[in-house]
Amino acid sequence: MAEISIRDISKTYGKNTIMQGVNLEIRQKEFVVILGPSGCGKSTLLRMIAGLEDITKGEISIDGTVVNALEPRQRGCAMVFQNYALYPHMTVAENIGYALKVAGVPKAARLERVAGVAKSVGLGEFLDRKPGQLSGGQRQRVAMARAIIREPKVFLFDEPLSNLDAKLRVQMRHEIRRIHNQIGATSVFVTHDQHEGMTLADRLVVMNKGTIEQVGTPEEIYERPASVYVAGFIGSPAMNMLPGRVDASRGAVLLDNGQSVPLPAQQARAANGNLVQVGLRPEQLFLASPASAQLTATYVFQEELGSGRVYHLQIEDIPLCVVSTEKRQMTEGDTVGLSFAADAVHLFDAKSGRRVARGTADRVLEVTA
Amino acid sequence: MRRAYFKTSWIAFALLAPQLLIIFVFFYWPSAQALYWAFTLEQPWGGGNTWVGFENFAKVLSDPYYWSSVRVSVIYALATTVLAMAMALTLAVFVDRQLSGYSAYRVAFIWPYAVAAPAVGLAFQFVFNPGAGIFSYINAVSPGMWNPSQYPSQAILSIVIAGAWKQVAYSFIFFLAALQSIPRSLTEAAAMDGARPLRRVLDLQLPLLTPTFFFLLVINITDSFTDSFGIVDTLTGGGPFRATDLLVYKIYADGFRGFDYSGAAAQSIILMCLVMALTFVQFRYVERRVHYT
Ligand SMILES: Nc1ncnc2c1ncn2[C@@H]1O[C@H](COP(=O)(O)OP(=O)(O)O)[C@@H](O)[C@H]1O
Ligand SMILES: [Mg+2]
Repeated sequence: MAEISIRDISKTYGKNTIMQGVNLEIRQKEFVVILGPSGCGKSTLLRMIAGLEDITKGEISIDGTVVNALEPRQRGCAMVFQNYALYPHMTVAENIGYALKVAGVPKAARLERVAGVAKSVGLGEFLDRKPGQLSGGQRQRVAMARAIIREPKVFLFDEPLSNLDAKLRVQMRHEIRRIHNQIGATSVFVTHDQHEGMTLADRLVVMNKGTIEQVGTPEEIYERPASVYVAGFIGSPAMNMLPGRVDASRGAVLLDNGQSVPLPAQQARAANGNLVQVGLRPEQLFLASPASAQLTATYVFQEELGSGRVYHLQIEDIPLCVVSTEKRQMTEGDTVGLSFAADAVHLFDAKSGRRVARGTADRVLEVTA
Repeated sequence: MRRAYFKTSWIAFALLAPQLLIIFVFFYWPSAQALYWAFTLEQPWGGGNTWVGFENFAKVLSDPYYWSSVRVSVIYALATTVLAMAMALTLAVFVDRQLSGYSAYRVAFIWPYAVAAPAVGLAFQFVFNPGAGIFSYINAVSPGMWNPSQYPSQAILSIVIAGAWKQVAYSFIFFLAALQSIPRSLTEAAAMDGARPLRRVLDLQLPLLTPTFFFLLVINITDSFTDSFGIVDTLTGGGPFRATDLLVYKIYADGFRGFDYSGAAAQSIILMCLVMALTFVQFRYVERRVHYT
């Protein structure tokens, strides 16, 4: 149980500034996922919380105590590393119990707690093995157990599942969430996998090149992405983006290719004349007959998903996809009609890439830029 | 593993030839010669010889001077090895922690290895000189207290320090490489687990260095048996009273000063067997033991 407060953090390596002006409040018992592509600074941020990396500028506090100058061992955080970082010369039991040994817990009490924790993560029979004799999933569990046994205030996870196969990943994801709920610590989980982020998070923090693009619940971020970047990162396939210009007199965005996408009058008036990007999610577009459609596109190819299909289309030379449960046979070059609901239209400023509010429909977004 | 191979074998042979020639001229030939001499009685000025079987060995092994040489060689080997490895490990741990300015002194640590043994001996000649060296300050306080050319224990101490100084560099490089190959996340995990730097060295880094440690132990002991000649020759000349008459030095002294070729040859065969035994231990047991992956 702890709240973490990250205030105006910057990080430089030599002359390279890799993180700038990051602000984030993490609440007690919250499960926060930091999501972003490789190299955006997620690990660095996590390691600054852990105390493994110096903070160049700004302040981090845990439970109201500024921890900038504290050693990792004084911060009450436990961390699960991407490569597990198990001690290769120690047995599973010694690995799990090492923190207690360092803390001077008597051997009998230590072994008892090790046995308890090992059992809770399903490692009961492997206590005498060395990490080299375990499978990837089992090593992952040892790493988890090593963190759990310390009963930390804060759990830090740095892409802990990325070395596992898909099935095990889902299973461990559930387990991590279960453990979080059970222990009631605050968890910060770093990943580049949007599914992992969406499914695990109470709140999601989307990072881009060392800054935070958006903070919100997975639902908020999916429904109201704060920028073209977030819109492109969350959702699969990525949101379609069509460039155009707002024309208030027609209450629509005129696309560069002559077609138009209708807008709420209020939004159109506010943004009149602006260059914009219209965002439409593939799963919110429907195939329609060209005559009754709001947009027309050219068919290119399709991918089978089993549950449905991804149709790859083009409007002029802009690629576009549609996910549909409907299965249609088409040939390349066919004209396809598309329809969509009015509230499926996302609008972004072409220059800044930021979301253009839909008036009353959009609640105030929690955005740090 | 990839192997290079040549269509025509003469290229391979041509490339190998210089190395084979060197090994033959400087190893096999002298070794064969020594082996032959060890079982014969050689005339000091050349000429005839007579086959004597194991007589030379029997003479060497029953010579009390030989056994005192063995004793001092073992002391020298163990002391230089312990000293050199302890210093190398300490320095490597510091360099690994990248204490400030490390890139400059990291290179400096490697230089001693490039210095030839006689040069090391000469340098320490100045350091240990009772009248002018650093140790002469001891004599300023208490006259006559420091004089390695008079006191056997001080002479041994001198060659041990000089020998260790020379060997530090080699062990240092290996320790440093081994330390740097320990993933940083391991040290970090231990730091998160609450272990302070010294504790991490003891619990994590030292155990993970075990393979390197055994490797260096054997190499250092072997080296101090074979590579000590230059230091002894320039620093003490085997004295005082044969106190620093190490095995290699005794071979030289008996053979080329005492003209006892056969006795010297027998001694070198014994030393060679010892080194081969150590090398065998190295390959057979140490290389295979304790590997973490
Ligand atoms: N020790 C370092 N020295 C210099 N640059 C670093 C160092 N560690 C990380 N970086 C840089 O910082 C950026 C962020 O790295 P990181 O936090 O590891 O990204 P992520 O975890 O999101 O993939 C990267 O561009 C990386 O090259
Ligand atoms: Mg990372």
